[in-house]
Amino acid sequence: MFDFGTWTSAFNDWLLGLVGNTEWLAVLIECVIIGVLVLLTYTVLALFYILYERKLCAWFQCRLGPMRVGKWGLLQVFADMFKILIKELICLKGTDRFLFKLAPYIIITSSVVMLACLPWGNGLQIIDWNIGIFFILAVSSVGVLGILLAGWSSNNKYTLIGAMRSGAQMISYEISLGLSLMTIVILSGTMSVSELVAQQEDAWFIFKGHIPAIIAFIIYVITATAETNRGPFDLPEAEHELTAGYHTEYSGIHFGFFYLAEYLNLFIVSGIASLMFLGGWMPLHIPGWEGFNAVMNWIPSIVWFLLKAFFVSFVIIWFKWTFPRVRIDQMLSFEWKYLMPFSLANLVLMTLFVAYGWHF
Amino acid sequence: MSDLKDKILKIYPAAQFEDGQDLLFSVEEKDWLKVATLLKNDLGFDVLTAVVGMDWKENRGVIYYLTATARNWEMVSVKVLAAKSGDDEYIHSVTSLWKVANFQEREVYDMFGIKFVGHPDMRRFFLRNDWVGHPLRKDYDANPALNPIRLEEETNEDDTRTYEVDADGKLVEKPGKLFEKNEYVVNIGPQHPSTHGVMRFRASIDGETVKKVDVVSGYIHRGIEKLSEGLGYPQLLHFTDRMDYMSAHQNRHCLCMCIEKALGLEVPRRAQVIRTMMDELMRISSHLLSFGCTAMDLGATTAFFYGFREREQVLDIFEKTCGARMSMNYNVIGGVIADLHPDFVKDVKALLSIMPERLKEYHKVFSGNLIAKNRLVGVGMLKKEDAINYAITGPSGRGSNWSCDCRKKHPYAVYDEVQFDEVLLDGCDSYSRYMVRMKEIEQSCRILEQLVDRIPEGDIRAQVPKIIKLPAGRWYQQVEASRGTFGVYIESVGEKTPFRVHFQSPCFNLVGVMDLCCSGYMIADLITIGAALDFVIPDIDR
Amino acid sequence: MGMKEGKIKSMSREDFKNNDYIDKLVEELNATGANVMVGKFDELINWGVSNSLWPLCFGTSCCAIEFMSLGAARYDMARFGFEVARNSPRQADYVMVQGTIVHRMAPVMRRLYEQLAEPKYVIACGGCAVSGGPFKNSYCVVPGVDQILPVDVYIPGCPPRPEAMFYGLMQLQRKIKVQKFFGGVNRKEKIEEFFAEHPEERGQIG
Repeated sequence: MFDFGTWTSAFNDWLLGLVGNTEWLAVLIECVIIGVLVLLTYTVLALFYILYERKLCAWFQCRLGPMRVGKWGLLQVFADMFKILIKELICLKGTDRFLFKLAPYIIITSSVVMLACLPWGNGLQIIDWNIGIFFILAVSSVGVLGILLAGWSSNNKYTLIGAMRSGAQMISYEISLGLSLMTIVILSGTMSVSELVAQQEDAWFIFKGHIPAIIAFIIYVITATAETNRGPFDLPEAEHELTAGYHTEYSGIHFGFFYLAEYLNLFIVSGIASLMFLGGWMPLHIPGWEGFNAVMNWIPSIVWFLLKAFFVSFVIIWFKWTFPRVRIDQMLSFEWKYLMPFSLANLVLMTLFVAYGWHF
Repeated sequence: MSDLKDKILKIYPAAQFEDGQDLLFSVEEKDWLKVATLLKNDLGFDVLTAVVGMDWKENRGVIYYLTATARNWEMVSVKVLAAKSGDDEYIHSVTSLWKVANFQEREVYDMFGIKFVGHPDMRRFFLRNDWVGHPLRKDYDANPALNPIRLEEETNEDDTRTYEVDADGKLVEKPGKLFEKNEYVVNIGPQHPSTHGVMRFRASIDGETVKKVDVVSGYIHRGIEKLSEGLGYPQLLHFTDRMDYMSAHQNRHCLCMCIEKALGLEVPRRAQVIRTMMDELMRISSHLLSFGCTAMDLGATTAFFYGFREREQVLDIFEKTCGARMSMNYNVIGGVIADLHPDFVKDVKALLSIMPERLKEYHKVFSGNLIAKNRLVGVGMLKKEDAINYAITGPSGRGSNWSCDCRKKHPYAVYDEVQFDEVLLDGCDSYSRYMVRMKEIEQSCRILEQLVDRIPEGDIRAQVPKIIKLPAGRWYQQVEASRGTFGVYIESVGEKTPFRVHFQSPCFNLVGVMDLCCSGYMIADLITIGAALDFVIPDIDR
Repeated sequence: MGMKEGKIKSMSREDFKNNDYIDKLVEELNATGANVMVGKFDELINWGVSNSLWPLCFGTSCCAIEFMSLGAARYDMARFGFEVARNSPRQADYVMVQGTIVHRMAPVMRRLYEQLAEPKYVIACGGCAVSGGPFKNSYCVVPGVDQILPVDVYIPGCPPRPEAMFYGLMQLQRKIKVQKFFGGVNRKEKIEEFFAEHPEERGQIG
């Protein structure tokens, strides 16, 4: 398996040589480069996801989707981007202007930080702490603050209802989300992202942990859908009830931030799913099949990671376009009455599996 | 009919019967509430079918059409002249007997300025609250300077008023309040994706629970009834296509039938069969749209596209024969305007062959889904008594187990010759209303199956005089439109233009139950209930 | 700088009927002049705006149903990138007035237009919005939405077929492609105008 780490360390050495072994300067330059790269990746991914969803939903709905702007509509998202960039920014009288303008940035920041934690490939990781998963969970909760602020500061009844719904939803579903990830943490015994991926070399966790891991995966996909405010849990936006939910009053690039963050969060939760359950960037390895494993290793690790993430996103997009929206009370009772007890029981089950060594 | 006459004379000896096709008798205003109570309780007239405000130049009044469901849907009409008190004219309100009268009387007040004594909420219904004059009065001043296009926002009218007659026969106004000051009122509409047009609801909510809904209508009130008074009979046909555009054929069928009834025209059999088939095709297309919109309002966007796929096929049939996808203008007085396209039979058969499969698919895609069921079942309960009291006809009424199909009760065209079931479900909730629609598509297919090979040869149009003049008199005709019983009232004084045309649209009654259905449910349910009742706004506002 | 013409993919100039209008518009724009750099930048922005027209969900009557058909699978306006129908006027690019506008609706309509973020466009769709249609003589119908809003494109029909709506939308695209973003639609000037009329609002909004 090709290790991107050789490239990065070579670059580091070269840079150090260039600045005369002043370490802090090299680190600073690297930070800037990485920052730019992350933002670039962010934009490209978000644009890709917008097109991806539009094409997919067109396919579900016996349509063609964007076709006329560029070949197969590939340039459609760029047209949207230019349009949204030049749209007028409206800030209304009666809004809390500081919070109103701050909210989109909070949302986008939290998703950029999460993006930085993902293992992109072998040796391609920006932050690798021993509490990586814990950090991701913590940062993901910051996003809800942005939504709450957006809804509150807009001084509009629809946005306020949207924000309150979102608060109730995110706080409840975060519990199950955390518990389902904890199941895997118990199985692996580590919270470090790189360690998690390394442990899945022989088999992905979803196969390793069999029953409890599969249950945890299902719970994770459901809660991740809720966390990203996508159908059938898109209550904070609930287009047909609250016009546009918490971002009703936002226009131009402020709205664009919400729009981008929505898609990026979709990628991030899919990325975490692939990290925790589907082996991250690790190729599909089957113990004993050496030839097969060698062929799988030929595919670059970054491709593995992206494909897995796209697959999970596909499932989540599929949900959105098929299922009707649930109602707020149904959604909350689903979480508190079914999902949470279930994930707690699953956690205990996994503990038993690990304690008695029933897993692979 | 004479039997009924005797009964009426027994409860109200002073009744004066008038000649005409429908049984009509006059009641003095001071006796009206008493007579109405007796008519409802003793003679079993439990449905207030239509309230027609009238201005006979020298005096104004209201004609009430009542139906007795228990007695073979017998109809009677009552004419009440407004009593005068100074400049005010008033009639006692019957809202306490028939809840449907609530909005109906507000409409009459809006259009004629007749005040209803004892009505809980006597505000204007269609026009802006700063409108000058009452348009349907014969002496209405249409000067645009009086009512220019006002671009300033209309004030929210939170104050209601009730009128009472005091001991001296004077009209006294009593103020009331719609919403208290500390209520959290959410404004839904007029521009809102789920009101299916420009309807406006003001919902007072407590958390997510709806406490009260105030319906503000009139955002597409185009004054069709007033316009009709200035046009010849063939000219006013096109309005019906644009009221409930999803029941264009049925509405126009009704208007044509009403004029034909007045003229004593016999419509050729071929035209009758064609009209019946077109009505049923329209019903299928309407219910498919309703399916799509319900699904979309609930967030299942994909199901919407599936419904529209088959709807396009129905529209193709229309397009080939009528020349348009919507607003077909197909029925004319005495028959239909053009003969069927040669492909008609083939196309209808193709549609019939795919429909059963597609209905199963819809169920799989949308209503079979657990989430959709949870959203629809038990939401917006409307008991049978309420449905009758609010005169909720059509699929929504039949979802409350009220047998109210006009095609069965007063068969017209060739409906008495075809076999079909009236779909009745007793869930009384949104799910039943939705399922009735789906099952009615099956029944419509059944009717089409029976007729498609038996379209008789012959004329498509009866001979009608070049200039159509209706004899003096009044006629009321009902058909079963896609959303319920659609009625047309025409009063003529023997001229080329009608003296008064009134359209009794089903959606008008549907929107009247929004407050009853939504109270106690959540905001999300308000959308569901609206989608399942499936009203079309231009049909309400006219 | 050459003549702009507002090209539409796979549609030739002859396919459109009112070329003289576009020509006149271009002439007017050229007369006021634009330097090349800004001109190129304009083109890029106009390409973006014209290919990403997000409609506001707004329909009053029959035309709205045809608009739904436009979005449905057979006509599929998503092909042009028009499908992201926004329910909030702040995020929409154009409002297609589908159906009659009556007196009670007029202030609401006007307000909706004002809520749209620049650049914004109005299409009058259907006989009623164009001129009042069959209801022109009524006591409470606005005879044409151009009485209360500036209209960019008129689509006649009752209701117009989805093909006609596409034609109208393409005409709007052409119009956008020849317009000038910089200088032409300048929000700042309008805001200054507004503040001149309402000095007390300065600092409150913006």
